[in-house]
Amino acid sequence: MKSYARAVALVASAALLVLTACSAGSSTTPGSSPGASQSLSIGLVAEPASLDFTTTDGAAIPQALLGNVYETLVKQDDSGKIVPSLAKSWTTSPDRKTYTFDLVDNAKFTNDKPFTAADAVFSINRVKTAWTISLKSAMDVVQEAKALSPTQLQVTLSKPSNDWLFRMTTRIGAMFSESGVSALATDPIGTGPFKFSKWNRGDSIVLQRNDNYWGSKPFFNQITLKYFKDPTALNNALLTGTINVIGAVQAPEALKQFTSNSKYQVIEGTTNGEVLLSFNNSKPVFSDIRTRQAIRQAIDHKALLDTCFAGRGKLIGSMVPPTDPWYEDLTGIDPYDPAKAKSLLQASGAAGKTLRLRLPTLPYATSCGQVVKSQLEQVGLKVQIDQLEFPAAWLTTVFKNADYDMSIIAHVEPRDLGAVFKPTYYTRYDDPTLQQDLAAADAGDEAAQVDNMKKAARRISEQAAADWLFLLPNLIVADKNVTGLPQNAITESFDLSRLARS
Amino acid sequence: MIVRLIERTAVLLVSLAVSSVLVFAFMAVLPGDPARVALGVNASDQTVAELRRQFGLDRPLPTQYVDWLGGLLRGDFGTSYVSKAAIGPQVFDRLQVTLWLVVAGMVIALLVAAPAGTVMAARHRKVSGLALSAVSQLGVAVPAFLAGILLIMLFAVKLGWLPANGWTPPAQDPAMFLKQLILPALSLGLVQGAVLTRYVRSAVLDVLREDYLRTARAKGLRPFPALWRHGIRNAAVPVVTVLGLQLATLLIGAVVVERVFVIPGLGSLLLDGVSNRDLLLVQDVVMVLVVAVLVVNFVVDLLYVALDPRLRVGSR
Repeated sequence: MKSYARAVALVASAALLVLTACSAGSSTTPGSSPGASQSLSIGLVAEPASLDFTTTDGAAIPQALLGNVYETLVKQDDSGKIVPSLAKSWTTSPDRKTYTFDLVDNAKFTNDKPFTAADAVFSINRVKTAWTISLKSAMDVVQEAKALSPTQLQVTLSKPSNDWLFRMTTRIGAMFSESGVSALATDPIGTGPFKFSKWNRGDSIVLQRNDNYWGSKPFFNQITLKYFKDPTALNNALLTGTINVIGAVQAPEALKQFTSNSKYQVIEGTTNGEVLLSFNNSKPVFSDIRTRQAIRQAIDHKALLDTCFAGRGKLIGSMVPPTDPWYEDLTGIDPYDPAKAKSLLQASGAAGKTLRLRLPTLPYATSCGQVVKSQLEQVGLKVQIDQLEFPAAWLTTVFKNADYDMSIIAHVEPRDLGAVFKPTYYTRYDDPTLQQDLAAADAGDEAAQVDNMKKAARRISEQAAADWLFLLPNLIVADKNVTGLPQNAITESFDLSRLARS
Repeated sequence: MIVRLIERTAVLLVSLAVSSVLVFAFMAVLPGDPARVALGVNASDQTVAELRRQFGLDRPLPTQYVDWLGGLLRGDFGTSYVSKAAIGPQVFDRLQVTLWLVVAGMVIALLVAAPAGTVMAARHRKVSGLALSAVSQLGVAVPAFLAGILLIMLFAVKLGWLPANGWTPPAQDPAMFLKQLILPALSLGLVQGAVLTRYVRSAVLDVLREDYLRTARAKGLRPFPALWRHGIRNAAVPVVTVLGLQLATLLIGAVVVERVFVIPGLGSLLLDGVSNRDLLLVQDVVMVLVVAVLVVNFVVDLLYVALDPRLRVGSR
């Protein structure tokens, strides 16, 4: 019997030994690496699920890689203008269907292959054949891409499209090497100022300066993008010096601890993220425009913004952020007027009806949802709030099946008016007049585009196709000596190449 | 003896089989389509269906279950729907991180509970015993994540003695590793220690009332030496049971504490997997956790016998 006891004790202590002898995972602490003076650590919220944005959707991958590892032919500058990148210049044919790009001749991929027009043709064609994310439809309009010479690319469209050139500034326009797409999910290869170095899953992505970069070289030789699920942990990491920059503040009510401290700078600008109170326009209750207008007039947007986003952000009256060329202040349409909202609801017969507000489990949606509910109940509607887990449950129920009356979500894609307000989208908004305006904007010259987009933006606001609660702010907190941080976040990428330390 | 071993092993195997079915069934009824989550908001039904076929999600559920289980038995955890990377290495990478936390938490819990519980029992009618009792009661009421947040506030943000979060493998930088381990291990260990203290106290109290201890005292041994020589092993039996159960609680507690301290362990892998609907990965991680808990309970069952000879006689 004694030997049994000993054997068990042995097994137990062996097990303990195994447990303690295990060497642990594979992550690093930023700042502890050599050359720390030239490295920077940025805290972000959403970690990419994969590094391949051609097959995995989501803003996190282009945020980290676009403009930093991958480059596009053309890009957007801070004011929203389309400017050269891998293309030095370009011309448009008189029928606006043929684009000829002159490419830089000294760009090189990080696998040492030079960038040529053949790579551009390959990348453009590959969107149609190998990409799976829905954004790839932006390339449908391309009829043919061909290399006229190693530095000259010609793209022919099936119809004139302003939107196509704009989409070429987004991830759709990323340039890949024909010999560098075998392991996109784990080993991205591009021409950008940084090269991908390491991904510690669940923790961080490390980018190294690309010393062969064709353009002006970045200041930092290493930048770590560190991911935090919890906003408090993110704030603490900056307060204790683990990171140098909070790339996107999630809890604006906690900003005070940074604004009152001279060690930090707070940057506040705008984004493309319109927070929408969306209506399911296919539901009978929303078929009467008076109901939709009443809901918009029942909401005190200023008070809502103060309550659910600590007053940060901008009030907008339509689906256009102030950085787009066709922005107009439309907050005057359907202003806050609870008395009028009440009478509109009486007239449309919606008073006393119950609406299901199905919210994604995101902090801003949850807190704004409570305000919307109480304000709508004050004018005689009943609101039933359901929380749906985001992304999975919300995507299936609200987004795909449109099984909802109202929802709250931020639409963060750039220039997404046309994508959001159409019959096949979850808004189920069927409006031929709007479609005409959008088509005219896409086909016309620059002036016609601006005019028609203005018309479209005004149209959806006057029709009360949804309510625009506010525009998400670009909120960055950083160590005081970090320079080159973007004022507005209007592209899909977080541009790391201009960051420096003073 | 052998009978007991066979009996326990049989129970273990049946529990494993049943839990694998439960885990699989639970994932199957979870709302949300992994293919749609991977493809994003605007994907057409056709591309989603294509990806479902690629993942093998269009096959009948029993086939999927058998394939999954067969893979696990061969050590093949499959490929993630989302990251397209092999799941096995990820799980074991993360498991190592979590084990450090759990073991460190357990050691702290024991270091707190054994002396505190014994003193509480020995002085259960005195003020010092009652005071300790009140403190442990407070500890029981505080969840580990709250303890974590409070510890961060004090030791990282206010005093700046320790990092607020992060993780460094011990092989890379042992000093940093220890610094970053202290706060999360404390948040897990103190709370578990408080719970364990209650059990140690009652176990020691029971032992103190036994005849053999009175005899030991009558022979002239002072209270603590008497308890040390004659009581500890008896008191250990119920405490080991609780330890086994607590190991399970620690694993679950680690999931939350990992989030508070931004530690890339099994818990954060699990939570990310759930929100990305990386169902295969979630299935694998949950199964690893289930196996860990069941095996710990199995070992605890055997340990009883080692600690208490009476159980050996009884089982013959």
